[in-house]
Amino acid sequence: MQKLLNKRTIFIIIVLGLLYGSIQTVILQGKLNPYYEINLLLIGINIIMAVSLNLINGFTGQFSIGHAGFMAIGAYASSVLTLKLHQPFPLAILAGSIAAAIIGFLIGLPTLRLKGDYLAIATLGFGEIIKVLFVNIEYVGGASGLNGIPHVTTWSWVFFLTVFTVVFIKNFINSTHGRACISIREDEIAAETMGINTTKYKVMAFTIGAFFAGTAGALYAHYFYIIQPNTFNFLKSIDYLVMVVLGGMGSITGSVLAATALTIISALLQRFAEIRMVIYALLLIVIMLFRPQGLMGNKELSLNILERLGRGEKHGSVSSK
Amino acid sequence: MYTFIQQLINGISLGSIYALIALGYTMVYGIIKLINFAHGDVYMVGAYIGFFAITKLNMSFVPALITAMIACAILGVIIERLAYKPLRNATRIAALITAIGVSLLLEYGGMLIVTPQPRAFPEVFPQTKIDFFDGAVYMTNQQIVIFIVSLILMFLLQFIVQKTKTGKAMRAVSFDKDAALLMGININNTISATFAIGSALAAAGGVLVGVYYNSISPLMGIIPGLKAFIAAVLGGIGIIPGAAVGGLLMGIIEAMVSGYWSSTLRDAVAFGILILILIIKPSGIFGSNIREKV
Repeated sequence: MQKLLNKRTIFIIIVLGLLYGSIQTVILQGKLNPYYEINLLLIGINIIMAVSLNLINGFTGQFSIGHAGFMAIGAYASSVLTLKLHQPFPLAILAGSIAAAIIGFLIGLPTLRLKGDYLAIATLGFGEIIKVLFVNIEYVGGASGLNGIPHVTTWSWVFFLTVFTVVFIKNFINSTHGRACISIREDEIAAETMGINTTKYKVMAFTIGAFFAGTAGALYAHYFYIIQPNTFNFLKSIDYLVMVVLGGMGSITGSVLAATALTIISALLQRFAEIRMVIYALLLIVIMLFRPQGLMGNKELSLNILERLGRGEKHGSVSSK
Repeated sequence: MYTFIQQLINGISLGSIYALIALGYTMVYGIIKLINFAHGDVYMVGAYIGFFAITKLNMSFVPALITAMIACAILGVIIERLAYKPLRNATRIAALITAIGVSLLLEYGGMLIVTPQPRAFPEVFPQTKIDFFDGAVYMTNQQIVIFIVSLILMFLLQFIVQKTKTGKAMRAVSFDKDAALLMGININNTISATFAIGSALAAAGGVLVGVYYNSISPLMGIIPGLKAFIAAVLGGIGIIPGAAVGGLLMGIIEAMVSGYWSSTLRDAVAFGILILILIIKPSGIFGSNIREKV
């Protein structure tokens, strides 16, 4: 218990509480411009997507570019529950996430035997297949999608689920399972010789990633009323890929920062969609050419580093870790 | 029965275009083990250059085709030198992400330059049909042109790869880069030549698609690019005849799915094929399995 509630944890909880409380008060007073609210919630949803994709791409070293497909499953499954079956929202979020996780498991099991670029193409293919299937299912509205989904996603839902996702994935990575995933990224053959069941851990990371993508999808659908199969296309997956790559493959804080920054940038460039994509494209190329590990690499931005910066570099050379 | 023959004809003409694009994928993969995601967009650029050559410079079909091929060959070499060459020793994922970046850059940079609106490709051949079985089955002029042009280009490629010095160098580099270097082959120039030839073939495919569908747009390269990639994997990536056969097969399968089932499902079927091959026989129809060595 002492370890759980040390000074740092309390500090982080207080900071998060202040962040949540201050924004919640402004929203309750009705003083938050709807435009800012949309982007605030989008930042949360994008953080969930980027961090969960980072678990697959960054920490486990598998390359998935079909993450929007799982988001689509979460969005559709949860919307069917609330819209057609009139179930409560929390149940819908859970069901959407579980549906995405199940599909992620089923897709991951055969495809994760593939390596590198082949896996990338296979996940891209699955993302597209999921999209095409939704277009062809009349029950969920076909190409025009679902309309009139209850507007129940609030700042509180997004905030707490984002925090939950980040904490869950951080703890997962620091667990035995997470270490196994990282060892697969570093050297799959060596990991296997050390007795790690590589298929099991790859599928596990993939399923967890899909689960949270489903959560993000459910939040997304219940905020924007409308979902269409085309919302979750290949470009959407690329958006999240850019966040992970920019922030650093294997850095949770990097993904959080990148998701926040890119959401703000794309909000500013809303009216210039083409310029936004050109910037994304150049970002991808330039990062790969000059800093292939991403801005943060696999380092985390922690309070340790901040403290060290505060004290000046001289005293901070010995880490207390 | 007539539907079958009709869809077979449609499938073969579409398939020859896929084959032209797939050849570029397979050659680049064979030599530097990179899935050149931007290849489908080079094909789009080819279609636009053909379009401007015909409408603005008043060229006829063949000179426009050659102009597009030369311009795209240069574009391919530039892309390789600027984006891929610095990453030759980086991880394959880094190279793949760069390729995705180049692809997006061509698509959306293209949109900024030529506007996102689709354009009508000028009619370079009169709309005539040849009827068979009392008109139950027909073949258009465009289909004949597509078939003949792709056949000529494929034979030309086969000649270059098998008989010329560049072709021999290309085969040597794809077989063993270091040994080729020791034999005095200039690897950089050989890789550039591969990109040039592959991009030129894609440009030819782009112009032919313009002629076939009469419509071009900056995002036209995405889906055919992916399908051509699937065709290359189907035939065995890195194997040149495999890409030709895979392309034709993809075209025929797609035409059959549209003819007998539903055209909205043809993309899903294409990706389904890809996943099936990757799981059952990742080396493709013509490939042989390579064991992993530690």
